[in-house]
Amino acid sequence: MSEAAPIAVAMSGGVDSSVVAGLLHRQGNRVVGLTMQLWNQRRLPELAPEEGVTGRCCSLDDVYDARFVASVIGIPYYVVNFEERFEQQVVKPFVEDYLAGRTPIPCTLCNNFIKFDQFLEMADGVGADKIATGHYARLGFDDKTGRYQMRTSVDAGKDQTYFLFGLTQEQLARTLFPLGGMVKTQVRDLAKELRLPVAEKHDSQEICFVPNGDYAAFIDAYFKEQGLDPAATQGEIVDSEGKHLGRHSGAHHFTVGQRRGLRIAAGEPLYVIATEPSSQRVIVGRNEQLMRSSLFAREVNWLSIAPPAEPRRARVKIRNKHVAAEATLQPTSNPIRVEVRFDQPQRAVTPGQAAVFYDGDLVLGGGWIE
Amino acid sequence: MLYFDHNATTPVAPEVADAMIAALREVYGNPSSTHSQGQAARQRLEAARRTIAEALGASSAEFVFTSGGTESNNLAILGILRALAGKPRHAITTAIEHPSVLECFRQLEREAFEVSYLPPDRHGMIDPGAVANALQPQTALVSVMHANNEVGTVQRVAAIAALVRECRAAGQEIYLHSDGVQALGKVGLDLDVLGVDLYSVSAHKIYAPKGVGGLYVRKGTPLHGIQLGGRHERERRAGTENVPGAIAFARAVELCSADEPIRCSTLRDRFEERILAIEGVERNGPLAGRLPNTSNLLFHGISGEALLIALDMQGMAVSTGSACSSGSIEPSHVLLAMGRTVDEARSSIRFSFGRYNSAEEIDRLAEVVIACAGRLRKAKAREVQLV
Repeated sequence: MSEAAPIAVAMSGGVDSSVVAGLLHRQGNRVVGLTMQLWNQRRLPELAPEEGVTGRCCSLDDVYDARFVASVIGIPYYVVNFEERFEQQVVKPFVEDYLAGRTPIPCTLCNNFIKFDQFLEMADGVGADKIATGHYARLGFDDKTGRYQMRTSVDAGKDQTYFLFGLTQEQLARTLFPLGGMVKTQVRDLAKELRLPVAEKHDSQEICFVPNGDYAAFIDAYFKEQGLDPAATQGEIVDSEGKHLGRHSGAHHFTVGQRRGLRIAAGEPLYVIATEPSSQRVIVGRNEQLMRSSLFAREVNWLSIAPPAEPRRARVKIRNKHVAAEATLQPTSNPIRVEVRFDQPQRAVTPGQAAVFYDGDLVLGGGWIE
Repeated sequence: MLYFDHNATTPVAPEVADAMIAALREVYGNPSSTHSQGQAARQRLEAARRTIAEALGASSAEFVFTSGGTESNNLAILGILRALAGKPRHAITTAIEHPSVLECFRQLEREAFEVSYLPPDRHGMIDPGAVANALQPQTALVSVMHANNEVGTVQRVAAIAALVRECRAAGQEIYLHSDGVQALGKVGLDLDVLGVDLYSVSAHKIYAPKGVGGLYVRKGTPLHGIQLGGRHERERRAGTENVPGAIAFARAVELCSADEPIRCSTLRDRFEERILAIEGVERNGPLAGRLPNTSNLLFHGISGEALLIALDMQGMAVSTGSACSSGSIEPSHVLLAMGRTVDEARSSIRFSFGRYNSAEEIDRLAEVVIACAGRLRKAKAREVQLV
């Protein structure tokens, strides 16, 4: 090929990825726009709100928007169908995690197995060396260590590094995050400057395939579609001594630290301490019972540094919106299992969420909370 | 851009464009008007109808102009069953029809019709014996496409017509429709010999513009119009006729030659010989008994979608499956009905050649397909390694 290899931009139809495509094109790159069709929104029709579905990934409107944006910019554009892979790698593990008493993060699975895996393969196939997405994170290369490094976004409120800890060096080597150095208002201004028809579009929220953030309703509906009985997940609510306090309609309705929806009359506020998949029991207790001074992270991926052999100081986030807490990372005999010892006990350490390690704005790595 | 997607649509032939532009400039009357402008338009319209009907082995009165293949199929299926309202309630079709046929039958099912969907064999062929077995005393309509758009299988329509005629000879009110959209211009056609009662055709598959088509309605076949309005087309299709479109269609029919299918099959075979020589590629559909221009190939282990995009980025237009509402590709219902798995269907690509393709273009296509398929296999191997 005489021309430079194109950059494949993952276009969702939203402002961020539209600006990425427009910007890269304006900078003189050859750009091809691809939208991933991940989930058929006509499945599970009982979840569709009466006023119709808006602002969710893979809705027809978003695909039309992405196609329209690509035509305004003047780049080739295609929709690629990853529905089967998405269901196997993201939706099923999401449901299974909830049933196993964990609170999963489907966006991380989607990044690890779809956006930076199958999408990269698709990009390869069409002859693109690099992919670009609208994620808010910064990438760089450290000459000293020979590693690609990830740093938090300049716009702290939009930072998405918590969801990106699972990426490999090979993936980072081929990825561009053009928005990592900008704040959202700059991105919107750019969208207007580039005359993109989505400049005023609302940000997407929540989990893309779950309408209105109601993941419990999604799991119930998915269960029914698969011919399973959602009632089979009902069980007992007990305190930490095992004393019966009531019944619940499925452990997947609860997450650690939650107070709402327990429907138990008690003298003091009660919170979910844990869910126990084997017995389908939900264990509740007082707020102070939620405090933990350490956790174990499994399947740890070291992003910006080589796996440390010695204990290392870091700031650790245990939820996307968590304020990173000072901690010591303690290696274990298993190289991909790390003990995180917090300086101060942290509230509601939730199995299935990620523990992501930072040193200032540098993303060291992360793993799944056991 | 090199174009290898003639089963989707064809470029307009220069001769057809000339005829249509002249018609647009000169023939503006409404064929239903009494004055001489109207009469002039009527004459041109009827001349076009005669040209097309004769080429099909039909008489003028048997040919209704429509807006295209989808409308022809809707008119044939819904029109005849509405004409037989209150009578038989069973119909037979196949699992590999075009959506404009399948969706009509799904609608009839909602209206309490019983419909039998016959599966094809692994080459996409419908066994006339299966039609015979599915026939019931209350069967009113059999609809079997003449040639399949995706794999090109040409059905034994004459044998099926003989079965339908037998039933009719025994006093049953039963008719045979065939979707001939892909067959027109690609296989020898005499509807009288073929023995169908209704036959759908479309102009844009034979180098005429979109927006015009037709339905052959054998004399004596009852048919209700399905859109309301004026009494055009012998009350079978309300709406002012598309006179320039009809003139273009007729010109395109005149340009179809008996040599063209032979030329196309030579190109197609040259292409297939090259591609089938690489590892992990097989043909979907039969070797013989297939449209001369169609080659549907399964590239094991490769995403057809990725191959299509890669080819497009190299300036080569091909096709896979049919686009769903979002524009992403759904696995072909035809390939699934032929027993292919979802993965195999997603790994299949349709190449359909046409009048203006040259041997050099075919060689260039083969070269690029082999290069792209190789690159995709390598990309896949690399990702698998990373996981």
